[in-house]
Amino acid sequence: MSGRAPAVLPPAGLAGLDPALSRLVTVPGDGTWHVLDNGPRLAELGVPVRGTLLCVHGNPTWSYLWRHLVREATAAAEAGGPAWRVVAPDQLEMGFSERTGETRRLARRVEDLGRLTDALGLDGPVVAVGHDWGGAVVLGWAVDHRDRLAGIVALNTAVHQPEGAEVPAPLRLALHPALLTPATAGTPAFLATTLALASPPLAPEVAAAFRAPYRTPQRRLGIRDFVADIPATPAHPSRPELDRIADGVRVLDVPSLILWGARDPVFRDRYLDDLAGRLRSPRIHRFPRAGHLVSEDVDLAGPILTWLDEALGAAPAEQAPPDGEAREPLWSVLDRMRDSGEPALVELAPPGGKGPRTISWRLLARRVEELAAGLSRSGVSAGDRVSLLVQPGADLTAALYACLRIGAVVVVADAGLGLRGLSRAVTSARPEWVIGALPGLAASRLLGWPGRRIAVRRLPASLSRALRVETSFPDLAELGRDRRLPPEPEPSATAAVLFTSGSTGPAKGVVYTHAQLQALRDALARHYGIGVGTGLVAGFAPFALLGPALGARSASPDMDVTSPATLTAAAVADAVAAVQGTAVFLSPAAVRNVVATADALTPEQRTALTGVRTVLSAGAPVARELLEGIAALLPNATPSTPYGATEGLLLTAADLDLLRAADAGAEGVCVGVPVEGVRVRIAALDETGAATGTPGDAAGITGEIVVSAPHVRDGYDRLWLTQREADWRDPDGSRWHRMGDVGHLDEQGRLWVEGRLVHVLVTADGVVTPVGREQRIGALAGIARAGLAGVGPRGTQQPVAVVETDPPARRPRLADAALAARVRAAAGIPLAAVLVVPRLPTDIRHNSKVDRTRLSHWAEEVLAGGRMGTP
Amino acid sequence: MTGASGLLGRATVGALRRDGHQVRTFQRGPSGIDGVDEVRGALPDRAPIARAVDGMDAVVHLAAKVSLAGDPRDFMAVNVAGTRNLLEAAREAGVHRFVQVSSPSVAHTGASIVGRDAERADPAHARGEYARTKALGEELALAADSRDLRVVAVRPHLVWGPGDTQLVARIVARARAGRLPLLGSGAALIDSTYIDNAASALAAALARADDVHGRAYVVTNGEPRPVAELLGGICAAAGAPVPSWRVPAALARTAGTVVEAVWRARPGADEPPMTRFLAEQLSTAHWFDQRRTRTELRWTPEVPLDEGLRRLAASFGR
Repeated sequence: MSGRAPAVLPPAGLAGLDPALSRLVTVPGDGTWHVLDNGPRLAELGVPVRGTLLCVHGNPTWSYLWRHLVREATAAAEAGGPAWRVVAPDQLEMGFSERTGETRRLARRVEDLGRLTDALGLDGPVVAVGHDWGGAVVLGWAVDHRDRLAGIVALNTAVHQPEGAEVPAPLRLALHPALLTPATAGTPAFLATTLALASPPLAPEVAAAFRAPYRTPQRRLGIRDFVADIPATPAHPSRPELDRIADGVRVLDVPSLILWGARDPVFRDRYLDDLAGRLRSPRIHRFPRAGHLVSEDVDLAGPILTWLDEALGAAPAEQAPPDGEAREPLWSVLDRMRDSGEPALVELAPPGGKGPRTISWRLLARRVEELAAGLSRSGVSAGDRVSLLVQPGADLTAALYACLRIGAVVVVADAGLGLRGLSRAVTSARPEWVIGALPGLAASRLLGWPGRRIAVRRLPASLSRALRVETSFPDLAELGRDRRLPPEPEPSATAAVLFTSGSTGPAKGVVYTHAQLQALRDALARHYGIGVGTGLVAGFAPFALLGPALGARSASPDMDVTSPATLTAAAVADAVAAVQGTAVFLSPAAVRNVVATADALTPEQRTALTGVRTVLSAGAPVARELLEGIAALLPNATPSTPYGATEGLLLTAADLDLLRAADAGAEGVCVGVPVEGVRVRIAALDETGAATGTPGDAAGITGEIVVSAPHVRDGYDRLWLTQREADWRDPDGSRWHRMGDVGHLDEQGRLWVEGRLVHVLVTADGVVTPVGREQRIGALAGIARAGLAGVGPRGTQQPVAVVETDPPARRPRLADAALAARVRAAAGIPLAAVLVVPRLPTDIRHNSKVDRTRLSHWAEEVLAGGRMGTP
Repeated sequence: MTGASGLLGRATVGALRRDGHQVRTFQRGPSGIDGVDEVRGALPDRAPIARAVDGMDAVVHLAAKVSLAGDPRDFMAVNVAGTRNLLEAAREAGVHRFVQVSSPSVAHTGASIVGRDAERADPAHARGEYARTKALGEELALAADSRDLRVVAVRPHLVWGPGDTQLVARIVARARAGRLPLLGSGAALIDSTYIDNAASALAAALARADDVHGRAYVVTNGEPRPVAELLGGICAAAGAPVPSWRVPAALARTAGTVVEAVWRARPGADEPPMTRFLAEQLSTAHWFDQRRTRTELRWTPEVPLDEGLRRLAASFGR
């Protein structure tokens, strides 16, 4: 098969494609190109053009891939915004460009593109934009045209076959000599397979448009040749050119943006890592649910134009002023206490089952330093990511401080995410190393998580081999016996990636610097009066890990750390007794069970509890009744509940006296006043339920809670768009974090949380926040807990109450007339229905936050006449 | 005002008079309303219609054949031909405004309606003769809309109230006979319209016809409730036993289809115990986005659902 055919304009009527933007451009000697180009339109408008986006498609697509980008860029210019020209050619032999009958290899394609841009007179500034193997072509152009290059945007592409990575199976199959022509040209199989990668599936008219230039085997020869030109082996004729481009990209000193669909069977995460490592501090957004055709799966035109304005616009984003305050490193107490025989950690039920284990400061400090030195000597470098798959306890504490000390970035995801969630989280963080106990290592091996494996304990050799474990803590400690440590990391260096609970979409990695973790430690110390010598009972892992940094003597009670709701009052009392504890940190689910099991306490245990001065429940707001219960249990303690999130762990705090004084009639849950160093503002909701207001501190306005503090997160990991949406900069340049929670401030400056922003209902009568209603319904006799769901389209949503009764119902049902009437009266808003369920769906981590999104989906189905299943 | 002798007719006459209109009624028998000018006749007959509209400024067209079963020709004669006759007569008589009382069933194709606004009438897919002919009637009416004859279509959904011989009486009679099952879980959300609200909405549509003509509006209380709760509330108000036995929704739909077929082969005056249409109505959600209706008609329902149920109970002497 060989064939020549002239370039043509695309037929009219292709979905979403403006025929006025298509043109044919002939480059003598090469051929005629079909190009999407809004240049003429911009010239008509007579607006100054900032630059050109040179967009190159891959295989087997065509410039249709960029239709949204060219349309939105044109629309922005027409609306008076910044004008960007978009030039998106169909590569020769592809799309509607000429079929010259020649076979074009990578080097030729790069040259072709250069002659096209010469013919178009693109003398800069130019942003190189590429998808799939179009990325290699346009980056080749970029390497050859550094004088004009202004930026890089890469979508699921690669310039290098990473070490040890085989060519992905789908491509290997297509590359097989016997299959190549039939798969790619003779039949539309390769084309159809690529188009089928879209998720959600492409609309039929969009798929038809992608197929339009490739209707016959003759017209698909370019697809075949493009596949055959993938430099799959070192001996491939295009390999030298690819290597040239891969090396050349490293020295390109321009802003770059990587937008990546994570569900791509060909361009997998390792290609993202490779590319990210070559570009100069790229902005990265990895879409966990998008695939290879990432620009079809999610809207990228808006984000790309936004990025252009930020990265290349007139006003570069201002940097937050440095916090200024000098703080001690996280391990400074360990350094100071290195000769102390006093206990640092007491484990009431250490792994292995034997009785309490006490670890002195001396032992802990030595262990941390030996591990740090051993890790460093084994090749763990500053900036390397280390995933910690270890349950809370002495091993985790030692691993954490060892990693922090050598500047490795710890990646911590909660087992509460479930195996799938954990897998997604660990995979997205791309750790270079994994430190785990046996279950974590086994999961990491079986599920193919990235990272070289280190075991906490020595494993039998055969098991070690099977799990591909390279070393263990005892071996590392041995290796690091001289305790020679690398230089300390800078305060601005990244220290940790902590994963959110994932209660609203996939878990997000939250990035903290050393300075931010130091600030968190200092905020905890200041607010709760915890320091060297404090006895701390740690039932809430994130704070418990900071015990050694605070200098506290920490006790871990006997509990299943993956199930905080199993913690008993007796276990708390024993832990208090073991460290003469004066402070107790618990999670909300634990508080409930501790109060519920108070009757089983012995007189000795009750006496031990009288020594407690501070008890706090962190993780989610708890009701005043629970704090009253804990106050009765700990007669000399001030119970307190902080408000925070993974992005900012200690923001406001409320003690019981404050809660008792708070007005019960107000909407939401009172979470107290900001702790020292924290600023809280509210971005008012508009009538569509969006938090569009400028953040302010006026009382009585309901809106999104926006916070700023030295210990608020640095950013989100590889989620540039998410971070942009969560960031707010005030006129002084300070960076604020949007919490995604709604609430209001009262006249006394107290913060009230009214629910998650995504759970706000928009009814015909206005915006409704859930928490206050749920509290009032939940306070009714015979009702254990309530969730407010919404059914119907936003704007005319109907609120629905879903309740757990006490005793629980056996199966979901409609509430009877009497119960419905009581719930309606308590809710204070019109409720379309009142449903009773045995159990409300809640988050796994705290078992306290009602999953209202799931509840709403369920209610929507049931109230539309669907089956009465379980939410 | 055509069809004034029914529940909604009487209430609407009252609402129109409160707005200061002089009302003439047109129906087959006596309207039973004091002090109105009456013309008697049937919709298929042109002469009495012409007399009825003569000298009138506006027409509210409520008369219809409303039934779950019956001869398709009767539905056509009243709901389609009758509407055509009335529109022609109105145009010839120089009537300016015309409110076509329609039904949300004209756009209901069997699936759940969850918070939607009024959609186009769809006679091809409407369920049952009533819905199909009402859809055709609404299409005729809106097609006749012009600057001279300003037509508004209003679709009140499930009108009920004291003295209701249609919905309430049937529900109560079935409940008393132990023949009122709940279909499926009984949780499907159904919106309904208390009689006074339906009447005030028709009066509002007439008042607003100059600005909103050519459009269709669904009218409800805007208070959807699970069907079991709504039926239970009506039964409780009437002192009838609250329905407690359940029939799977799919079974009811099948049974409805069979029963309908039998009734068609065996015509009679009585109504079938279950039709496919009724089964769908009672097992799928039907509630509507009322924002456009309320804004454009400048109308809000005055009587909330609970107050309506209290008034219903009072009418039953409870």
